[in-house]
Amino acid sequence: MSGGDVWIVGTDMTKVARYPDKDVVDLGSQVAFGAFEDASMTIDDVQVLAVGNAYESNSGIAQRIQKQIGQTGIPAYNVFNACATGATAVRTVIMAIRAGEADAGLAIGAEQMGKMGLLGGAAENKGERKVYSPKGRYGSVLPIEGNLGTGLMPGVFAQAGMEYALAHGVTREQFAKVAEKNHRHSALNPLAQYQKVFTLQEILDAEEISYPNTLPMCCPTGDGAASVIIVSAAKLATLDPDVRRRAVKISASVLTTDPWTESDLVQPDVNTLTRQAAAKAYEVAGVGPDDLDLVELHDCFASAELLHYDNLGLCEPGGAGDFIDSGAPTRDGSIPVNVSGGLLSKGHPIGSTGVANLYEVATHLRGEAGDRQVEGARVGLAHVIGLGSACAIHILEKAAV
Amino acid sequence: MSTQIPIVDYLVLGPVPHLRAHQCTHCAALYFDRRNGCARCGRREFGTKDLATTGTVRAFTIVRRASANLKTPYISAIVDLDGGGVVKANLVDIPAEAATITPGLPVELTTWVAGTDDDGTEAVSFGFKRTAAAA
Ligand SMILES: [Zn+2]
Repeated sequence: MSGGDVWIVGTDMTKVARYPDKDVVDLGSQVAFGAFEDASMTIDDVQVLAVGNAYESNSGIAQRIQKQIGQTGIPAYNVFNACATGATAVRTVIMAIRAGEADAGLAIGAEQMGKMGLLGGAAENKGERKVYSPKGRYGSVLPIEGNLGTGLMPGVFAQAGMEYALAHGVTREQFAKVAEKNHRHSALNPLAQYQKVFTLQEILDAEEISYPNTLPMCCPTGDGAASVIIVSAAKLATLDPDVRRRAVKISASVLTTDPWTESDLVQPDVNTLTRQAAAKAYEVAGVGPDDLDLVELHDCFASAELLHYDNLGLCEPGGAGDFIDSGAPTRDGSIPVNVSGGLLSKGHPIGSTGVANLYEVATHLRGEAGDRQVEGARVGLAHVIGLGSACAIHILEKAAV
Repeated sequence: MSTQIPIVDYLVLGPVPHLRAHQCTHCAALYFDRRNGCARCGRREFGTKDLATTGTVRAFTIVRRASANLKTPYISAIVDLDGGGVVKANLVDIPAEAATITPGLPVELTTWVAGTDDDGTEAVSFGFKRTAAAA
């Protein structure tokens, strides 16, 4: 039944940074060429392209990249799916291969965000006569944000974290330990946006954005791109032994949205869709949390990482606080989590993120992660979640040579 | 006496201000916003349900960084209303310190004038404060 298997044979990633002298097409093209070189392939070898991007996704970015890497006339998809955008682009290529329309495809995630800030921009109209009239689906006469709680990203993930904390007794220090770990991990990753180590006390003493998260517990905005070349099992069999030896199997590729829950009329539920995606991914791949040698999960805020320990079954139910205290998710622990530095320190160029974490896991499974290598890694999991909501999980396995 | 208008149409003003939700007549799911169909079951018939003015805190955060026109810090909270319904609003009359908010803290609805337009109409907002018995 290996006919349905798909494999990563090439991958690349830029350092996450701010690139004022480049555009998003430069970043996407760079990682396309990087992946082709890594796979010993050319544009003529792929029959499908998918490009994940958030902020320019209505500009035909896949076609704009084709004009720099080769207009071969193949189907190209412009993909947006919140913070799961990059992973959804990868899944688009996988589905084309599984459908038999292609035996090789290229997925790119590329984003240029610059310095947007944590809260984004807010428009205000001045000088007009003010007369209250109910607007929108809530019939509101004043802005809801701030008047009726907060629904911005920092507030949503803070409240999601505090819901868990109130139920299971997690402390502010335990949330901060997540950020301390990920910033420490990033010091070994030359592709990370920041490589600065903080003490736990420095993280606790930093500016509080939205309790329990202080500034180093919130991911930065940045620019970056990542890519993967995926092939069918039949195609893999035709490739050079050196390519086959470094190939990484995609054992599961799962995408979910949030099912209805009672509380999601006031706030997206970031847990249920992750739990459902994890259950399906473990079932499809035939592995469990105990089999994982590394995990890259969606730590947009430190409070989010802690929730996902539980959602992904890495810890006992309700035991995420004890799990971080135990050191299990550190680089030399039993289940290293976010050895790349995670979104908190590696950075989070939205469209790129879901491809970049596949780059990270695949690079460890190939044994090519340099100073941050998780020794002997054979199975890894990559998770992203976008509010609204969408969750993607991929499980990767080292080739059994 | 000036005219008043609720900040959102699911706040009902009057002697006992309270929240009123759309309720799916098939599965009883509650919604504050206008829905084309039910997110839980896909049916399209809705009635209304008046919700309790008391409940308990399910989750919260203390917002310290917000856009310039908002006063910080403030507490945003998700409240489980007694008898059903979940709502997000600010906690008021409580110090903005995490230690004061304990699991299941009982709270009750409170309202205030949040703004006045050029016709003199007052916008009435709502939030939650600790219930008198628990204070
Ligand atoms: Zn229903």
